[in-house]
Amino acid sequence: MKRIDMEFDIVVIGGGTGGPMAAVKAKQQNPQLKVLLIDKAHVKRSGAISMGMDGLNNAVIPGHATPEQYVKEITIANDGIVDQEAVMAYAANSFDMIQELDRWGVKFEKDETGDYAVRKVHHLGSYVLPMPEGHHMKKILYRQLKRARVEITNRVVVTRLLTGADGEITGVMGFDCRTADFYVIRCKAAVLSTGAAGRIGLPASGYLMGTYENPTNCGDGHAMAYHAGADLANLECFQINPLIKDYNGPACAYVTGPFGGFTANSKGERFIECDYWSGQMMMEFYNELQGGNGPVFLKLDHLAAETISEIEHILHTNERPSRGRFHEKRGNDYRKQMVEMHISEIGFCSGHSASGIWTNARGETSVKGLYAAGDCASVPHNYMLGAFVYGRLCGQNAADYCGGAAKGCIDDGAIAAEEARIGAPLARSEGLTPFQIEYKTRRLVNDYLQPPKITRKYEIGLRRFDEVREDATAMMATNPHELMRAMEALSILDCAEMAARASMFRTESRWGLYHYNIDHPERDDENWFCHTLLSRDADGRMSVRKKAIEPYIVPIDEEERTAYQRLRVERSAAAA
Amino acid sequence: MSIATTLTQAPVVVDESKCIAEKGCTVCVDVCPLDVLAIDMLKKKAFMKYDECWYCLPCETDCPTDAVKVSIPYLLR
Ligand SMILES: Cc1cc2nc3c(=O)[nH]c(=O)nc-3n(C[C@H](O)[C@H](O)[C@H](O)COP(=O)(O)OP(=O)(O)OC[C@H]3O[C@@H](n4cnc5c(N)ncnc54)[C@H](O)[C@@H]3O)c2cc1C
Ligand code: SF4
Ligand code: SF4
Repeated sequence: MKRIDMEFDIVVIGGGTGGPMAAVKAKQQNPQLKVLLIDKAHVKRSGAISMGMDGLNNAVIPGHATPEQYVKEITIANDGIVDQEAVMAYAANSFDMIQELDRWGVKFEKDETGDYAVRKVHHLGSYVLPMPEGHHMKKILYRQLKRARVEITNRVVVTRLLTGADGEITGVMGFDCRTADFYVIRCKAAVLSTGAAGRIGLPASGYLMGTYENPTNCGDGHAMAYHAGADLANLECFQINPLIKDYNGPACAYVTGPFGGFTANSKGERFIECDYWSGQMMMEFYNELQGGNGPVFLKLDHLAAETISEIEHILHTNERPSRGRFHEKRGNDYRKQMVEMHISEIGFCSGHSASGIWTNARGETSVKGLYAAGDCASVPHNYMLGAFVYGRLCGQNAADYCGGAAKGCIDDGAIAAEEARIGAPLARSEGLTPFQIEYKTRRLVNDYLQPPKITRKYEIGLRRFDEVREDATAMMATNPHELMRAMEALSILDCAEMAARASMFRTESRWGLYHYNIDHPERDDENWFCHTLLSRDADGRMSVRKKAIEPYIVPIDEEERTAYQRLRVERSAAAA
Repeated sequence: MSIATTLTQAPVVVDESKCIAEKGCTVCVDVCPLDVLAIDMLKKKAFMKYDECWYCLPCETDCPTDAVKVSIPYLLR
């Protein structure tokens, strides 16, 4: 384990979607700055958009939607718990970002007149813009990184942030997953864009890497933000998605919905008004599964052959292109039968729900010099375009911050401690394997944390996590690759505990299935119309507190406020 | 020694007659987000070293000789 020291102005951690944008924009904002983009995988093919994307899920395009409408829609979809200013910062910059991506060569669907072909999937407004040729996304970003002269380091797993005397960012640490070399990188600012924490729960298939999210995204960013003293917001608002059973990838209702596809019960009937992924939608999905009308399916077999071919072209060449070979092996044919769907395991993700490292409308976290963009941050329902918009905001604001910041003092004690922590599993020749620690943690998450949430189960879960944490002190790794899995297992444990503590704090039910609490089944606006923030207290323990909702800038009237609570189709409600 | 070796069938297969790793190609190893592919130093061919695949396909798509074939991992197939 060699030590490698480097020095930059800004380090962007995670080169998936928001990360490359942050790095390019920081460099454009101030070309004098030294900017490093660092990824545990290879930036050419890393992250959620590794193979491209089916479309923009939340485009705010003039003529189709206004930023005010969008802020309203997300406020309602997220049961009112939003920082509207932060959602507005996304919405107001959405169209400009689409146009920039268009100039960079990203192909969006347009109609005969050249206007963007926006579709309606959400409950109230129209925001979905298909990208049938969306598989070039990473190539386009890579070209921009080269053009902007961003330095790139691949295959280095970042594990901890260094902070100075005022708690400000002074560096980042990690190790190479092929050589185990220990990296200490001094910097003035850092941007976290490490994606969702998508490896907390265990997929129903039992296959550890059979997750919805790219499994590289295991919550490292959430864990390092926590250990650096940052606040994490609304972690109890889990991410749970409706996915192709076993395959655990999107089907996807956003693609097929506008073509006439929909989510159906075993009788082939529509039971939800709107397939847009919200906690309420997932609750209806769960009720149908539990209520005797399951399994739940994606229904396309009523559509015309050419429509299905068009759908297949998108679903089988883009985003998760192995969907086609999964269906083939199962004998699934969209023309002939419905495709079985299921509920995913839990995770943290602001891209889809609202849980993540707290940030404001400037992308700043509660730690000075630390920014966060994309799925790991806290701006709700942000999806891919949100990662880009906040990537840009973080890059620009971090660059401006660097201009005024002095180089902080480096904490040698923290460096030595981290070097020892990383070195420990490699030094052991006996012990539990990373696979065992990870598998057990994630299995316990399913057993005790998967909603419906029950306080007694959560208490048991926490006790069991403590036991695993103790066991993990004897974890071994025989090579640098296994060391990566070992350190990831520790991030997963941290996230599991955070998920439990945040959930136990909020003694009400909210966000449909995401925080359905059996012991407190009602929504309680009087006591819980607030954010929750989790952070490390002075004794090094997790503590959770309330944070008031920022004053709304777009008012919501009473009728609109409950729109997402009326998702169940009337007919099937009467029949049930 | 308390460590067992449990075998597993890898979902990714490399056609060794097509693979040109001996000429210095490492494309599939480079692009895999999970870093589960490697070059066998004796055979000079790519292979799947760890059963930790996200069935995402960059390895198959980017291989210059079409040597990589990804199947859905057995547990969820
Ligand atoms: C299957 C799927 C389908 C989706 N479909 C759509 C869609 O159709 N439309 C839409 O708008 N959105 C969609 N989304 C959501 C969208 O893709 C994400 O919101 C967005 O890409 C998130 O970007 P990000 O930068 O936060 O994370 P990512 O792009 O996932 O990047 C995270 C990066 O961090 C790196 N990393 C993680 N940990 C570390 C570490 N410790 N050290 C170094 N690097 C690290 C990873 O390797 C990765 O490159 C989909 C997501 C998934 C998973
Ligand atoms: S990309 Fe193809 S040719 Fe190159 S090493 Fe991999 S399998 Fe061999
Ligand atoms: S399919 Fe994806 S995870 Fe599996 S080996 Fe290929 S690149 Fe790696």
